[in-house]
Amino acid sequence: MANWQETIDVRDFISKNYKPYDGDESFLQGPTKNTLKVWDTVKNLLQKEFKKKGLLGIDTKTVSTITSHKPGYIDQKHESIFGLQTDKPLIRAVKPGGGIKLVEKTCEDLGYKLDPKISEIYGKYVLTHNDAVFDIYKSWADFYTPVGKFFRSEDIITGLPDNYSRGRIIGDYRRIALYGIDRLVEERKKDEQKLCGKYMTEENMRTRIYFHKHIQALMDIKTMAASYGFDIGKPATDVKEAIQWLYFGYLAAVKEQDGAAMSMGRIDAFIDIFAEKDLRSKKYSESEVQQFVDDFVTKLRIVRHLRHPEYNALFAGDPTWITCALAGISVSGKHMVTKTTYRLLHTLTNLGPAPEPNLTILWSPKLPENFKNYAAKVSVKTSSLQFESDDLMRKYHGDDYAIACCVSGMTVGKQMQFFGARCNLPKLLLLLINGGKNEFTRNLVIKDLPKLKHRDVLDYKEVSTRFFKMMDWLAKKYVETMNIIHYSHDHHHYENSEMALHDAEIHRFMAFGIAGLSIVTDSLSAIKYAKVSPVYDKDGIATDFKIDGEFPCYGNNDDRVDKIAVEVCKKFITALRKYPAYKNAEHTLSILTITSNVVYGKHTGATPDGRKAWEPFAPGANPMHGRDKNGALASLNSVAKLPYDYCRDGISNTFSITPETLGKSQEARVENLSNMLDGYFIKGGHHLNVNVINRAVLEDAMKKPWKYPQLTIRVSGYAVNFIKLTEEQQKEVISRTFHKTF
Amino acid sequence: MFEFLHKSANKDHCMVVTQKDQEHMSPMDGTTGMIHSFETFGALDGPGLRFVVFLEGCPLRCVFCHNRDMLDLKDYMKMTPAQLLATVLDYKPYFGKKGGVTVSGGDPVFQPKFVLEFLKLCRKNGIHTTLDTSLFTSEKNLKTLVPYTDLFMVSLKHFDSEIHRCLTGVPNEIILKNIHTLNNIIEQGKKLKKATPRLWFRYMVLPGYTDTSKNLKALVEFLHKTKNWELIELLPYHTYGAYKWEKLGLKYTLSDIKPPEIKDILKIKKMLEKEGFKVLLGD
Repeated sequence: MANWQETIDVRDFISKNYKPYDGDESFLQGPTKNTLKVWDTVKNLLQKEFKKKGLLGIDTKTVSTITSHKPGYIDQKHESIFGLQTDKPLIRAVKPGGGIKLVEKTCEDLGYKLDPKISEIYGKYVLTHNDAVFDIYKSWADFYTPVGKFFRSEDIITGLPDNYSRGRIIGDYRRIALYGIDRLVEERKKDEQKLCGKYMTEENMRTRIYFHKHIQALMDIKTMAASYGFDIGKPATDVKEAIQWLYFGYLAAVKEQDGAAMSMGRIDAFIDIFAEKDLRSKKYSESEVQQFVDDFVTKLRIVRHLRHPEYNALFAGDPTWITCALAGISVSGKHMVTKTTYRLLHTLTNLGPAPEPNLTILWSPKLPENFKNYAAKVSVKTSSLQFESDDLMRKYHGDDYAIACCVSGMTVGKQMQFFGARCNLPKLLLLLINGGKNEFTRNLVIKDLPKLKHRDVLDYKEVSTRFFKMMDWLAKKYVETMNIIHYSHDHHHYENSEMALHDAEIHRFMAFGIAGLSIVTDSLSAIKYAKVSPVYDKDGIATDFKIDGEFPCYGNNDDRVDKIAVEVCKKFITALRKYPAYKNAEHTLSILTITSNVVYGKHTGATPDGRKAWEPFAPGANPMHGRDKNGALASLNSVAKLPYDYCRDGISNTFSITPETLGKSQEARVENLSNMLDGYFIKGGHHLNVNVINRAVLEDAMKKPWKYPQLTIRVSGYAVNFIKLTEEQQKEVISRTFHKTF
Repeated sequence: MFEFLHKSANKDHCMVVTQKDQEHMSPMDGTTGMIHSFETFGALDGPGLRFVVFLEGCPLRCVFCHNRDMLDLKDYMKMTPAQLLATVLDYKPYFGKKGGVTVSGGDPVFQPKFVLEFLKLCRKNGIHTTLDTSLFTSEKNLKTLVPYTDLFMVSLKHFDSEIHRCLTGVPNEIILKNIHTLNNIIEQGKKLKKATPRLWFRYMVLPGYTDTSKNLKALVEFLHKTKNWELIELLPYHTYGAYKWEKLGLKYTLSDIKPPEIKDILKIKKMLEKEGFKVLLGD
């Protein structure tokens, strides 16, 4: 078998060289003077940014590319890891390749003006991703409703990356540190050679173009690093260089692209190998290694993208999803916790809590107890961690996978996904009840939908049969829309540097999603077990529902209703799979809303489960707030029943508990959380965001945000600065179920 | 250090046991359980993460009861021991090394036969068992439960039997005697190197009643005499359950008593620790 020296194989390098760490956190060092100095400067800048409504400035004159900006520094003398997206910290760059109109409008709505030259070039001479998508939309009859409106604006599928970058692609940034740019270029040239004799099909021609772009991007990264005074042509020789080299790779990605989620990958064991070597040879001390990690994380905390104010309603709090997957178990059964896993978690103590990077523990009951306790301790203290089932994902992705965004597993450098946001299934149910009309816009969305036979009291058999049939109609549109978007993104806004850090041949997923799973489930349960009578207005639109009798709600570990949730997931992915995906991608499904559950709720009328119009959905796969009545574990058990095998893009669950309920002492809280995580993942749960916090603290933070600059909470697959949420979102977070005894 | 507020109980606080109460205070002897509710995430009633079963019914009528809604034998689910076990087993992966099931209520000794059968099943299935009980029961019942109980969390509401009657509707002699019996069993077991239940003492701090110097002195004496206490848990009196009385149209007689101040509880904790006891108090 080839080894990592012969071919590009970071996994092989890691598995042959990493040293699992079984000890506890006592070796960790506090922040150095340099760390604190840099972090203080950043804290001041962050405060300024917050006071200026979340925007310190935009460079409106430069189209951002890997090499577009001069080197930028926070405090050059005291930094140890270098590189900023623009030449000043927190100044945002424009990346019009995703869509010029949105960039223009964003600048304008934020009080800036985009350089007219950029408008001219991207408006007149360059076809952007967004323009290309709409060119196809416009000539695609199916994308219009029967009354001639765009299907996309009826709030059934939203958040699609059709006017911004798609993200959710993770470059294997470690390759730069391990091999150096020169070797990577050489390898890609070899890939090019392999295509030489092949017949020039469209696919082969495209691949050639991509390879060329990869090589160019790699050279650009080298040039960018050189502007900071580093030659990354050769491999990194120590831990500081390893972090620096891989960070340059990541930096190139976030200079080129502004996808919703620009994740980091899995770097803990990799960096640790270099750290161990330097510690052994006494090149660096533990304190210095921690400083490099702290400074690196400081850099990640100030990655920024230019976002339109409306974007915040979907993905609140200016997230970047620099997700770092940590720990996990190797395929051979050896755990992958290293000292650097601890060091990365320790940044939350050295620098205080923060939402980014999105620290994600790949949990398994088989992880060492010391580490489980430390991770639980950090979680209880900071509410900044999320946990995902390593045992579920290793089965599909091996032991060198990472998480893109919140819950999307992919093997680093070998798999990628086409991001597809999510569709509003409660809305589909209402379309069915309302004869194909949108209950708010009153537009006819589906033609020739026969009326329900049982209109006064809804009949379960009739409604469920037809609902599942309608899923098929939606699935076709959804897949086609995604095909358009990703075809166009590949052609007009390709991720040059990120894809340069992938293998030549990759596996692709196409990730679809469901919003409002608990609403649809409880609605079907209400129709099945109680008597649900729609209240129709004069146009025959159901504006409310009268419910007589009781019905089981999802979130109480009650099979009668939990089975409905499982059925909805299975039927939907099965429907999607009927329609071929672009580039033969493999269809996957997520139950994840990010913070869009608020927006979806706002655009959805009253539902048969008793939820009022405009009321937010529960986030992700969560049971609807207040309906989980048998305690926290019953709620977890319900969610754990959702089948990961059918929802391979992830099942997000956000769990909030008051500290008093979690245990009587700090020690008990840590132990209980650790046991709870073991239990949840043994039961088959996939993901858990954990918040250990009092509602009163959040209420106080709403009133006095200045007191809580670093208050971090987990929402749905990511963490946010609580004070950066809109008032509406803050209220929704506070209204969620906080598990407590009284 | 502690003010002695009540030489005897304040009559206005006392429990008036009605005829109806009487009817509902004598234990049931069926093997089908009457279950009020569950807490699937119990982190406050015993070690580790626990599935807490709240049983319907109690032989006591405590004035400060925070589960007053579990006493009137009205709203409950019927379950066989096997059915309850099946429910609990669904949560076993969460229990870790320390957790398990806690039978509370109400009071488990109100349904001794059902509880015994259920505990036997737990034992068979490797589930750690805890009883949260007043021990107001016959010696015979106690002795049958001991072999299947891993931890007894017992309490005594007051050392003065008259005041105990005022606070709980029943005198304290039976309880005291049972605690001694339990202690002797453990003592014997230890000598024979047999597995014995662990023992926690739960002490509710009710200002003006259980925090008086006289009562605290009695507490210390009692704890020294009985020994085998692994842990003394202090439960500060709270009023979270008062609304349940109002909901049932019953008068909550302690409305003039405020929950104790943290600093006073900490004083008691310190005092007990000085006496050599391990004390558990929620922080």
